[in-house]
Amino acid sequence: MNAPAKPNDYSAYPDAEGRFGGFGGRYVAETLMPLVLDLGKAYADAKADPEFQAQLKSYNTHYAGRPSPLYFAERLTEHFGGAKIYFKRDELNHTGSHKINNALGQILLAMRMGKTRIIAETGAGQHGVATATVCARFGLPCVVYMGATDVERQKPNVFRMNLLGAEVRPVSSGTGTLKDAMNEAMRDWVTNVHDTYYLIGTAAGPHPYPVMVRDFQSVIGAEAREQILEMEGRLPDAVVACIGGGSNAIGLFHPFLGDEGVRLIGVEAAGHGVSTDKHAASLTGGRPGVLHGNRTYLLQDDDGQIIDAHSISAGLDYPGIGPEHSFLHDIGRAEYVSTTDTEALEAFKLCSTLEGIIPALEPAHALARVGEIAQELGKGKIVVMNLCGRGDKDIFTVAEALGRKI
Amino acid sequence: MTKDRIDRRFAALKAENRAGFVTYVMAGDPDAATTLSVLKGLPAAGADLIELGFPFSDPMAEGPTIQRAAQRGLKSGMTLQGTLDLVAAFREGDQDTPIILMGYLNPVLNKGFETFAALAAKAGVDGLIIVDCPPEEADPLSDALEAEGIALIRLAAPTTDDARLPMVVRRTSGFVYYVSVAGVTGVKSADAADVAPAVERLRKASGLPVAVGFGIRTPDQAAAVAKVADAAVVGSALVDEIESAAQLNENVTEKVLLKASELAKAVRSARVGTK
Repeated sequence: MNAPAKPNDYSAYPDAEGRFGGFGGRYVAETLMPLVLDLGKAYADAKADPEFQAQLKSYNTHYAGRPSPLYFAERLTEHFGGAKIYFKRDELNHTGSHKINNALGQILLAMRMGKTRIIAETGAGQHGVATATVCARFGLPCVVYMGATDVERQKPNVFRMNLLGAEVRPVSSGTGTLKDAMNEAMRDWVTNVHDTYYLIGTAAGPHPYPVMVRDFQSVIGAEAREQILEMEGRLPDAVVACIGGGSNAIGLFHPFLGDEGVRLIGVEAAGHGVSTDKHAASLTGGRPGVLHGNRTYLLQDDDGQIIDAHSISAGLDYPGIGPEHSFLHDIGRAEYVSTTDTEALEAFKLCSTLEGIIPALEPAHALARVGEIAQELGKGKIVVMNLCGRGDKDIFTVAEALGRKI
Repeated sequence: MTKDRIDRRFAALKAENRAGFVTYVMAGDPDAATTLSVLKGLPAAGADLIELGFPFSDPMAEGPTIQRAAQRGLKSGMTLQGTLDLVAAFREGDQDTPIILMGYLNPVLNKGFETFAALAAKAGVDGLIIVDCPPEEADPLSDALEAEGIALIRLAAPTTDDARLPMVVRRTSGFVYYVSVAGVTGVKSADAADVAPAVERLRKASGLPVAVGFGIRTPDQAAAVAKVADAAVVGSALVDEIESAAQLNENVTEKVLLKASELAKAVRSARVGTK
């Protein structure tokens, strides 16, 4: 038995200005600055309000279906022959991914602030679907910005958002992926400051978004921690999650930050390989800069222009990463590795055939590294991976990659 | 001490009892040589101050016009260094017209604040506007620019309330740039009736001249703003001229300078007969 849980030593981050060490901050246009400051106050107020927390917990339980199970992936464990592999089953949430955790939290906050119109950006469409869902549930108009490339490769989610009553606006500037959608959402926000709430989907953007999204997603790690203690009587040796902007990973990691014996491993998307110019591994292949309101690791060229990311997974196709990950990377508390498109596809197939779970391409990136991690840790050890989304949305992309017509 | 050029220019405008006309174009749109010939022609066309954009891949506060200009600039190979080179070339023939660089933080951060400030001063840059660097984040940049005598021009917006105003004008010099509409560049139009009290409030808080931009497209709008502000900034309307001339294979420099002189005339005559 390990020692009982230690208190979280990292609770001092971010500071009042939203900085995690040298990362984070609020780099937005002056027009947005008063709104961002207001949001910070409103969130601090809501966070401390037991009524708000009770309301959120109730919706998490009865609407999203939390807690999600912690599942022992027995056949994958046998297959790799190392540490026991557990899945945190966040793909079983309502809407099929972890994104609902954050969407519920933020829409309750938006209503508390008296906002009457919701905008969001989306990559894979999972955050767009989660946002459209909560907007339908609470009767608020919803506009989702989505890169034109992503609209094409994530058609089922576009249709889903439409069914939920949201307007999806394709963004064709840049490469038409997540970063361009985020630019356009910020342009909408700056134009409609009086009534609009920008519901950011990942733990990035100007303060307080990184901390707010982290807090709403920390339900993942908090549940997983409690569940593994109950099932195994001890903490895991490693927790693993995929990273685009990094919201599911920070949600899993954060409740374990103070548990020094628990390795935190984030998996970035290596696309065609991190040595090529087609990947989305900001920590592995980028350097610090400022984009979308925060200072963080970014893919950029010699002139400081942002380089377009590439990943088979639309949800990981982002040239930046949440600032807290940059911080955890630099201080060495978390480790960051990467998975190529090809490896992710292999893991996608393996999980489908061995566990009867079709994962989203995003967690398939995490799974591709879990086998090695389990083998490296060895028998008697425990690894927990966040299965943050289900793969229904990806079957067309995967079929195409495998040369099948459906 | 190049920010003196801005102070001298506004002092001269005040003595003439007229507002300044500030033009914005993007470096490298559609290519470096054209930008240089436009820059060289702008003072004679009536520009009192020149804002020169340096392109960024993700211009979050820009409307479609300037987004496309940034894309054209990048496509032509323009960089922050290339922009500084354009300023240096312009300075060979003009020692009086202030030049303000305008863009986003990352290219400047990427160069390093001290390195950038030193190179910019050497090139003859007088001021810098960074859209995504609010005062809360600006101190390291201010330190570097102040050491080289370059003004960090601050933006104030309709959403900037009284509580925030002292923060916004802290460590600013040259002039204050009032973003007259809540929105991106070149889409909404400024309402002159709302602009007047905002300009007054900013002048009082900062003790500096106030330039107004983001919503001025036509000579009439420019004249209305020039009645109440210390300067009127026109960007998207000029960039539109560049785009259409380039598309129609017309003489870009000629077209944009013609547009600039129409707007300059409106600005210069706005206060005629008033005192």
